[in-house]
Amino acid sequence: MLNAIGIHSVDDLFSPIPAEYRLARDLAIPRQMAESEIVDWFKQRAKENGEGYTSFLGAGAYFHYRPVVIDALVQRGEFLTSYTPYQAEFAQGTLQAIFEFQTMISELTGMDLANASMYDGSTGAAEAVMMACRVTGRRSAVIARNLHPEYREVLNTYATHQAIPQKLAGYTGSGQIDLKELEKLVGDDTACVLIQSPNFFGTIEDVEAIAEIAHKRGTLLIVSIAEAVSLGIVEPPRTADIVAMEAQSFGVPLGFGGPYCGVLATKEKFVRQMPGRLAGQTTDKNGKRGFVLTLATREQHIRREKATSNICTNQALVALMVNIFMTVYGKVGLRELAKHNLAKTAYAADQFSRHAKVLFAGAPRFNEFVVETSEDPYAINSRLLGHKIVGGLPLKKFYPELGHAALWCCTELTTRSMIDTAVGLVAESEGRDSESSKDAEPAEVAR
Amino acid sequence: MNTKHMTRKATRHISQNEGLIFEKSSPGKAAWKLPPLDVPEVDTAKLLGKQERKDLGTMPEVSEIEIIRHFTRLSTWNYAIDLGMYPLGSCTMKYNPRVNEFVARVEGLANGHPYRAEKISQGALLVMKTLSDCLLEITGMDAITLQPAAGAQGELTGLLMVRAYHQSQGNARKKILIPDSAHGTNPATAATVGYAVENLKSNDRGMVDIAALAAQMNEDVAALMVTNPNTLGVFEQEIHKIAELMHAKGGLLYMDGANMNALVGKTRPGDFGVDVMHLNLHKTFSTPHGGGGPGSGPVAVKTILAPFLPTPVVITKPDGMLGFEYDRPQSVGRVRAFYGNFGMFIRALAYIFANGPDGLRQTTEDAVLNANYIRKGLEGVYDLPYSTPSMHEVVFSDKVQSKKGVRTMDLAKRLIDYGFHPYTTAFPLIVPGALMIEPTESEPLEELDLFIEAMKSIADEVEEDPQFVLDAPHNTRISRLDETAAARKPVLRWKPDPSVR
Repeated sequence: MLNAIGIHSVDDLFSPIPAEYRLARDLAIPRQMAESEIVDWFKQRAKENGEGYTSFLGAGAYFHYRPVVIDALVQRGEFLTSYTPYQAEFAQGTLQAIFEFQTMISELTGMDLANASMYDGSTGAAEAVMMACRVTGRRSAVIARNLHPEYREVLNTYATHQAIPQKLAGYTGSGQIDLKELEKLVGDDTACVLIQSPNFFGTIEDVEAIAEIAHKRGTLLIVSIAEAVSLGIVEPPRTADIVAMEAQSFGVPLGFGGPYCGVLATKEKFVRQMPGRLAGQTTDKNGKRGFVLTLATREQHIRREKATSNICTNQALVALMVNIFMTVYGKVGLRELAKHNLAKTAYAADQFSRHAKVLFAGAPRFNEFVVETSEDPYAINSRLLGHKIVGGLPLKKFYPELGHAALWCCTELTTRSMIDTAVGLVAESEGRDSESSKDAEPAEVAR
Repeated sequence: MNTKHMTRKATRHISQNEGLIFEKSSPGKAAWKLPPLDVPEVDTAKLLGKQERKDLGTMPEVSEIEIIRHFTRLSTWNYAIDLGMYPLGSCTMKYNPRVNEFVARVEGLANGHPYRAEKISQGALLVMKTLSDCLLEITGMDAITLQPAAGAQGELTGLLMVRAYHQSQGNARKKILIPDSAHGTNPATAATVGYAVENLKSNDRGMVDIAALAAQMNEDVAALMVTNPNTLGVFEQEIHKIAELMHAKGGLLYMDGANMNALVGKTRPGDFGVDVMHLNLHKTFSTPHGGGGPGSGPVAVKTILAPFLPTPVVITKPDGMLGFEYDRPQSVGRVRAFYGNFGMFIRALAYIFANGPDGLRQTTEDAVLNANYIRKGLEGVYDLPYSTPSMHEVVFSDKVQSKKGVRTMDLAKRLIDYGFHPYTTAFPLIVPGALMIEPTESEPLEELDLFIEAMKSIADEVEEDPQFVLDAPHNTRISRLDETAAARKPVLRWKPDPSVR
């Protein structure tokens, strides 16, 4: 090859790099390893990573069963090692899969259409707010305080330089957004209201009532959905204008927080302001059905600094996992799966309420609930950890007013005996019995 | 059918037809099974009231074999690295090692919840720490965040830090300079961060014009975003002068690391004056593109920018345990929930382990060697608009072929018939009718020769029968698709045929 090119050594090809910047030494990184060593190294790390613990954590990352066909199919090289399907004739597999994904997400969220994916639920929510500003020509937002706190942080980062002032709407004793406060905060200059349902406390919001407040002022309603499985049994937010969803629950491993699968869904009339890739149906020269990436004039590779977003790479392969999951469970299975989540959670909340306060009881919940204890939840979790159980997420960090409360989550994979064991361990410090509590109101309602 | 020019790589074979999954659905089919419920059943109407969903509409009902066949059939309609060379310029479509996929699925790493106590997350934290250390050594930078989900989000993160830095100096400044050869995400990102974009012209060698830069650089400029090697595959030979010019007026040098595959182990951006840069783990570090994602776009910075890194940052605590640091008052904040695309960190680190210092250097050398071999092989057949030496990719133009009315996209579509994925078309914008070719280090000589043979053969076809090339592809399941119609009346989801229901 050197002869063909007409050079003496490979180093000749690097002569454009000024000599003083050429690296004359080996990189100081670990030496080359054999495949067996690599596998060993990562297996060792897995052992240091809570392997074999049972967990009651949710809060935006949910442990559901992943049917094995998902990995069998997404590991096919034709999906795994292909690029963004810009060359449609050579990428119909990916394109048709995206079209089916968009269809199912639209159906599940009650929206007209959905995009091909966003990075995750947090960035999707931030992009939805920016989209609402473009649609309405307004530049302020009202955000629910019971939206995932890390989603709020991401929105703050994105909004900083977009000059989008935000107001926070608090929650009531039911854990739901405070409608009276919301009504006061939404004005004629409000681009959007952003809520989460089921919200960060696991409580299902009255989306219709919120939509009415927003729409009265010409404000768009964005609903963030972090627990996709809820859509199997909870009425979707049909009155919303944009749904910003995290689809991790649909067959995506917890993976220490990523990669996950954000997705935006919206009404047909807003599609040209939507960020992200879209697959659309068309025909070839012979009239045969095919699919292409479409409405690209919204995107950065065409519009550059005038694009709807700078997003390019998305979460395609993760969206394929979600797609296969939705196909496996389908019309009936998703509902049954959601019912199992509901039943486990109802049982667990009932068991906890015999020994501690289960907050926010006044509204329906899906698969998460908040437990307030007399003992510091961090101390309780340390005790549970000794039994290889990961307890609920202490809320103090995000909600100082809920200093002794933790967010617990059950899914279809949580067994009755896990619940009973955890409740028993929590009861050690609480010592209440069934008479003393049941579902109660929180000590103080936060704004 | 013109078969005269068909090469050794591709031939036709049976391709299965397959409808949309919804068209196979019928009531009663199922591919799922839940275990018996071990807690009391609940009355959903009572629990949820008006919030209960009654119907899932047109969601499919299909059996497992139908699902396997459906997605397997779809997969066979895709081209992939696993099938052959994928010479998309600036996309670095290299081999995606299967050991990466295996270790990413090891129980414990795959099922680690992001909010688990640090005490039982040490394995994941060590993956992040080790990868961070390796990437810092590779780039010659001082501090890093792994949080950004992709290259474009890395750019966003980097520019947020640039802005925060200038703000801390008392003036956020107004604009970002971007060469006319830049990728579209660069200007789109600058706009997102609230900076005006000012275009910087390239010189006749395809590099940043130093005189133009000196003229345009002033105290309003926050940073220059430069890709190096740039999108022509040309190394910015005066990169240190560029850095000096920026620094002299208090500006910063941002490097888009999209083309880092030309540099790893041979030179380090931190050594030639770069202040902030992002990497694409899905390009340089072999994590799969997966049909468009997920990516991962770590951002590495010099010490002056370290206070502004997104939260949290991985640190080693006094007791030797790894943990997350959240209390960073000057941070730009969070750009993503949790810690980034962790699954990609595992894969990238496995790639670095599999290569080591020698392997990474050789990877870079082979990538540059392969690109130059193609350049030599096609010189004279296709127009080479810039004769400046190529690094890991080479950019030709359709100047010769367009005289016959055949443009780069047409040539690309014909390349499909020869069993190759097209190169990058119509980019960079400074080359009209660009053919941007990046073979990567993964391609054996035999595959490179087949590619050169195919490109030469297509050039011959343009001379003999341009219409045949204009009508390509001929051998795919479907012919050229009507993109205009797709955009004019968008059909973005399937709907049941009302006459059937």
